[in-house]
Amino acid sequence: MTAAIVADDISRTYELDGVTVPALRGVSLSVAAGDYLAIVGTSGSGKSTLMHLLGGLDRPTAGTLLIGGRDVSTLSPPEMARLRNEVIGFVFQSFHLLPRTTARDNVALPLVYRGTGRRERRERAAELLARVGLAHRIDHRPNQMSGGEQQRVAIARALVTGPSVLLADEPTGNLDSATGESVLTLLESLVADGVAIVLVTHDRDVAARAHRRIEMRDGLIV
Amino acid sequence: MRVAEAWRVALDALRANRLRSLLTMLGVVIGVAAVVALVAIGTGTKRQIESQVEGLGSNLLIVVPGRLEAGSAPSVSTMSLDDVDAVSRVVGDRSRVAVTIASGETARAGSRTAFVSMQGVLETTPTVFVRRLDRGAYLTRSDVSTARRVAVLGAGVAGQLFGDRDPIGRQITIGGVRFRVIGTFEPLGQSLGVDRDSEVHIPVTAAQRLLGTDRIDGLAIRAPDRDRIDTLGADIVGTLTERHPDTDFSAVTQQQILGVLGDILGVLTGVLAAIAGISLLVGGVGVSNIMLVSVRERTREIGLRKAVGARPRDIGVQFLLEAVLLTTLGGVLGMALGITAALLVDRLSPVPAAVTWWSLALAFGVSAAVGIIFGVLPAQRAGRLDPVVALRTE
Ligand SMILES: Nc1ncnc2c1ncn2[C@@H]1O[C@H](COP(=O)(O)OP(=O)(O)O)[C@@H](O)[C@H]1O
Ligand SMILES: [Mg+2]
Repeated sequence: MTAAIVADDISRTYELDGVTVPALRGVSLSVAAGDYLAIVGTSGSGKSTLMHLLGGLDRPTAGTLLIGGRDVSTLSPPEMARLRNEVIGFVFQSFHLLPRTTARDNVALPLVYRGTGRRERRERAAELLARVGLAHRIDHRPNQMSGGEQQRVAIARALVTGPSVLLADEPTGNLDSATGESVLTLLESLVADGVAIVLVTHDRDVAARAHRRIEMRDGLIV
Repeated sequence: MRVAEAWRVALDALRANRLRSLLTMLGVVIGVAAVVALVAIGTGTKRQIESQVEGLGSNLLIVVPGRLEAGSAPSVSTMSLDDVDAVSRVVGDRSRVAVTIASGETARAGSRTAFVSMQGVLETTPTVFVRRLDRGAYLTRSDVSTARRVAVLGAGVAGQLFGDRDPIGRQITIGGVRFRVIGTFEPLGQSLGVDRDSEVHIPVTAAQRLLGTDRIDGLAIRAPDRDRIDTLGADIVGTLTERHPDTDFSAVTQQQILGVLGDILGVLTGVLAAIAGISLLVGGVGVSNIMLVSVRERTREIGLRKAVGARPRDIGVQFLLEAVLLTTLGGVLGMALGITAALLVDRLSPVPAAVTWWSLALAFGVSAAVGIIFGVLPAQRAGRLDPVVALRTE
C-alpha cells in the first residue's frame, strides 16, 4: 500500500524584505493509512510550515513532495485545490468555522467545492455530525456552541470528504484539558477506521499517545 | 462549485452584512434612479412636444419672414393681405391658407378682465389647424371681408370673463373696441409653452384696424399632399420674394420643426443620461471599494474555503457574483425609485415624464456591467490570496 504523503528532503524558505528565512530545512517523512503521528517542537520550529506543506496549501522551495501519489511541483493551483479536497482534512487550533453558518452547512462546505448536490451534502453533513456526537447541534451556529463542540464540527468538516489524512495543528490548543481529551479521543477513534492522523502538539503527554513521534527544532527533525 | 451554489453563497454574504450591503448599493440605486427618471422626463417632454406639433394638423407649412438660422434676428414682417392672395393663387385653394397677426391685449366683460392673446385670423383657421369649437360658430368669410367685430374665445378667456354663463351673443371689449362673442373653443391647454386657452380669434381685418397696421405676422398653409410640400414651400417663398425683394422668407414643415426639436431634446436627454451615468460610475467605484474591504475582512474565510478545496476561480466567482448581485439589486431598487419619481413628476408637476423600456433595460444592463467591471479587481485579489497567509491571519 502506497503512502498518502511522501516528503523527501523538503525545504521551505520565506523571503522577508530581502532576508531569507529558512522555516524548514530538509525534512523527510511519509504518512500512510492508519498512521498516528505526533509532531512536537518549540514555537517557531517549523511545525505549522510542515503541516501546510503536507496538506498542499503551500509548496516546498526544495525537495520532492508527493500527496496522493502526485508530485505537487507539477500541479496547478486548481489541481492542488482538488487534492486538498480529496486527500486531506484540516483541523485548526482556532477551528476556522464560518460564522453565521450552521454546523450542518459548515460541515458540508468541502462538498460544495466537489460539486455534490445540496441534498446529498446535507445528508452527509448530518451523518458526520452524528458521528462526532453533535446530532443535536445540527442547526446551531458557531457562536451558540462551546469550544469543544466547535472543534468537533471542524473535525466533522475535515472528515466529510472521506480524506486519507487528517492534519490537526494544535487542535486542543484552545480547549480546556477535559474538552481537549474528548476531542483527542474522537481523533484517535478515526485511526481505527484507517484515517491517518498527523497531530501537532506541544503537550508531551498528548504526543506520547501517538504511534510515532517527530520532534522539530529550527526547521529540522531531530 | 455549481453556479446555483455560488449565488447562494453570494446572497448569504450580502444578507450577513445587510446594512453595509444597502449602503453600498445606495450609489447604484441613486445612479439608476437618476438615469430612469431623467430619461423619462426627457422622453415625456419630447413626446409631448411632438404630439403638440402634430396636433397642429398634418402637412402644415408655416411661412414667416426672415431666415430660419441660428443667430439670425427675427425680422419684422412686411407681408400684407395682398401677399396672402398671391400665396392663395400659388396654393390654388384659399381655404388652405391661414394668416395671423397677434397681439397681447386686455379683454373686458363688465367688471371682469382677462389678459388675452388676440389673434387676427381668416375664417380658414379651423381647417388649416386642428381647432374645435365648444359652442357657437367660427368666423365667416364675410366677417373677414367686412371686418366685423366678432370674436371666438379660448376656453380660459371664456371662463375668466363669463364664469359659468354662456358667453355667446355677449359683448366684450378688446383695446377699448366692442366685440360680440360668437363662439368658444374647446380647452386645449398648453402647447409648445403657450397657453392656447387664452386666445381670442377675431377677423384679421378687424385686428389690423385695431392695431393700425396693414401687415400680418405670418402665414400657414395646409399642403394638399405631403410629397409636394417642399416644392410648394419653395414656390411660395419664391412668390413672396418677388413681391418683397428686400426681405427673406422661410417656409418650414412640421417635419423640420419636429426634427430640430427632436435633435435638441435628444441631445438634452443624452446629456441628462450621461450625468446620471456618471453617478452610476461613482456608485460602481463605491462597490469596488467596499468589496476590497470585504475581501480583507474575510481573509480567514477565504483561507478556510481554499483549505477545504476551493479553487482560485471559485473564490473569484463568489466575490464577483457578490458585486454583481449588489449592483443588480441596487439597479432594481433604483428602477423602482426612478419609476416612482417619474410618475410623481408626471402627476404632480407640469413636466411630463414617460418611462421607457429601453431606459430600464439600459439601467439594468449598466448596473450589472458596473458590478462586473468593479467586481473584477476585488474578485481577483480574493482568488489569488495565499491560503497559508489567509489562515494565519487572526
Ligand atoms: N509567511 C511567513 N513569512 C516569513 N516567515 C514565516 C512565515 N511563516 C512562518 N515563518 C517563519 O517560519 C518559522 C516557522 O514558523 P511556523 O511553521 O509557524 O512554526 P511553528 O508552527 O512550529 O510555531 C518561524 O520562524 C516563522 O517566523
Ligand atoms: Mg504553529
